Amino acid sequence: MASDTTLTPVSIPVPPEPRRAPISVVGPIAWVRANLFSGWLSTAITLALGYLIIRWAIGFIDWAFINAIWSVPNNQTQACRDARGVGACWAVVTEKHRFILFGTYPYEEHWRPALACVIFVGLYIVSAMRRFWRKELALIWIAALTAIGVLMWGGILGMPFVAQERWGGLPITLILSTFGLAFAFPLAILVALGRRSKMPAIKAICVLYVELIRGVPLISLLFMASVMFPLFLPEGMNIDKLLRAQIAIILFAGAYLAEVVRAGLQALPKGQYEAADALGLSYWHKTGFIILPQALRMVIPPLVNTFIGFFKDTSLVLIIGIFDLLTAGKTAIVEPAWQGFGVEVYITIGLIYFCFCFAMSKYSQSLEAELNQHRRR
Amino acid sequence: MTFFGHTLKAGLRALAALTALAAAPAMAQAPTQATGTLDAIRARGTLICGVNTGLAGFAQPNSQGVWTGFDVEYCRALAVAIFNDASKVRYVPTTAQVRFTALQSGEVDVLFRNTTWTLSRDTSLGLDFPAINFYDGQGFMVKRSANVASARDLDGATICVQPGTTTEQNLADWARGARIRFTPVVIERLEDNIAAYLAGRCDAYTTDISGLAATRAAQSQPNDHVILPEVISKEPLGPLVRHGDQRFADLVRWVHFGLITAEEFEVTAANVVQLSTTDTRPDVQRLLGRTSELGQMLGVDNRWMVNIIRTTGNYGEIFTRHLTPIGLQRGPNALWSTPGGLQYAPPFR
Repeated sequence: MASDTTLTPVSIPVPPEPRRAPISVVGPIAWVRANLFSGWLSTAITLALGYLIIRWAIGFIDWAFINAIWSVPNNQTQACRDARGVGACWAVVTEKHRFILFGTYPYEEHWRPALACVIFVGLYIVSAMRRFWRKELALIWIAALTAIGVLMWGGILGMPFVAQERWGGLPITLILSTFGLAFAFPLAILVALGRRSKMPAIKAICVLYVELIRGVPLISLLFMASVMFPLFLPEGMNIDKLLRAQIAIILFAGAYLAEVVRAGLQALPKGQYEAADALGLSYWHKTGFIILPQALRMVIPPLVNTFIGFFKDTSLVLIIGIFDLLTAGKTAIVEPAWQGFGVEVYITIGLIYFCFCFAMSKYSQSLEAELNQHRRR
Repeated sequence: MTFFGHTLKAGLRALAALTALAAAPAMAQAPTQATGTLDAIRARGTLICGVNTGLAGFAQPNSQGVWTGFDVEYCRALAVAIFNDASKVRYVPTTAQVRFTALQSGEVDVLFRNTTWTLSRDTSLGLDFPAINFYDGQGFMVKRSANVASARDLDGATICVQPGTTTEQNLADWARGARIRFTPVVIERLEDNIAAYLAGRCDAYTTDISGLAATRAAQSQPNDHVILPEVISKEPLGPLVRHGDQRFADLVRWVHFGLITAEEFEVTAANVVQLSTTDTRPDVQRLLGRTSELGQMLGVDNRWMVNIIRTTGNYGEIFTRHLTPIGLQRGPNALWSTPGGLQYAPPFR
């Protein structure tokens, strides 16, 4: 038992380094094996699809970049026509991009709609940041929209006046969708509340409005606004075509958004209403502080869905002769020299639409995650 | 919320019909426009001209967003007649569906929008066609390799056509009359129609000859395609004004006649100023306002035609500038003194 007295240093076993799971179980390689090459069938399908995708990608890169023609002198499109099917003719976008973006707006004044678009985008970014969600945001909106109006119309500060029918392109799309949704959303909340109201007259009006508007397609509403409505106005009185289309879009979007908001109101447990009542809150306090904040955050996905839908639906104004982004693009390829290069123009316009819609969609996802943390599963 | 193809077209057609019905009574009680379109234009300081939203050669914005084309020149000419300033025009692009309402409701003063003059349009819309500035007609285009010289050789052919237009109806009427059997390939969109024809899905493609010429000119090898000589329908295109304002209708009509007469007497943009002081032909002197007071009778400056021709050129010059490049021949739009030509102006007296 000598060993009892002599203390030999006991080597305390060093806990082993936590080892990573073998590379064959985690990591990208394992993922690829598990998902793409798990069996002979899966391998075959992966290889076949991979081959097709790579071939298509190479073909597209060849067409869109390597063999593409980026500009031609003086509308001489013969080079483009010779490259048809082999290379893209981006020259059409080079030549027409200002028309596609700004329509028939006076050429020397294009900085004005360009600046208006920048203000719009800035406005979206500022509104998206939660730290700006204060009462001042309303002032920012008013200031920005006024600035856009001043820029587009001009007539003051040394900027020549530009009549509405010369506006076109991207600003039209942004104006129609931004004003449309900015006015439709409050309208929708009121209508949704009205539809759940206990006062029969208000309820009836709201139900009638929603059902009437939802019963007709947007295109017929635009048609009404541009074709029928002027005939009922007194002689010599004309309401601006863009304004008429804008009001039609607001009314239409309002009805759809109202139903989305109503879904949120109905999804809220009755206890919330009763608790608010028990606290002795008035109707508007109850609605503003308890009900709407909860109801609206529940319906973010369908709200954004509707927003994105309407952003794209604004292109329907083409039937009443307003040159929005899509119509301007279509008109750009009317000129005989540039006929037949629709694909290039449509790809460009598609990318612009994608930027806006994808940004909306991504933002709504993050917003949803942030606001609905307590109910995530 | 997005609408495609047939639903859209059907909806539009139904609405257009509805609109026409609703418009009829509205027009019946609105002859008050007669108080003077011309005065209203003068008071406003600009002419508002309804044009196509984009038709090659006739009205289209160029890369700078400036409207150009055959119809646009007429707007400019009219503005010059009224203001002696071709820039005092506002162009309102109008679609086929809204064009008549835009004019009826006073949103535009005049339509120069390649509209076919028909009896029903002339009588039921509360509008008037003061002139015909372009004689169009439906024709056929085939590939040169098909060796077809006449539309009568199209028996058994497949023909690409847009649905729901008078084009489709005209084709059926003509085939019945000529005892020709054909297979229609009905494709909604113009661009798809052309693509189908080029890809060989149909032997021939039919639409108005002006449209065929524009399509043909846009091909990399225009000579591979032939426009057949037969014209199977009449499509007289002209300006439109509101019914009841004869003074303004007269002005629009005589601007057109003035352009024709100028070509007849070989008055061009280059020589008009000189001719207005030196020409000895009585007709030219009256046209250019040196003698008599024809301009004043129309309510405009006496030198109106000098100003117009200096700005736009005569009818032939306008045609050469805008329609020849898209591959159109003068054909029926030549002066009446040319065989086959229909453009004729009453005398300036």
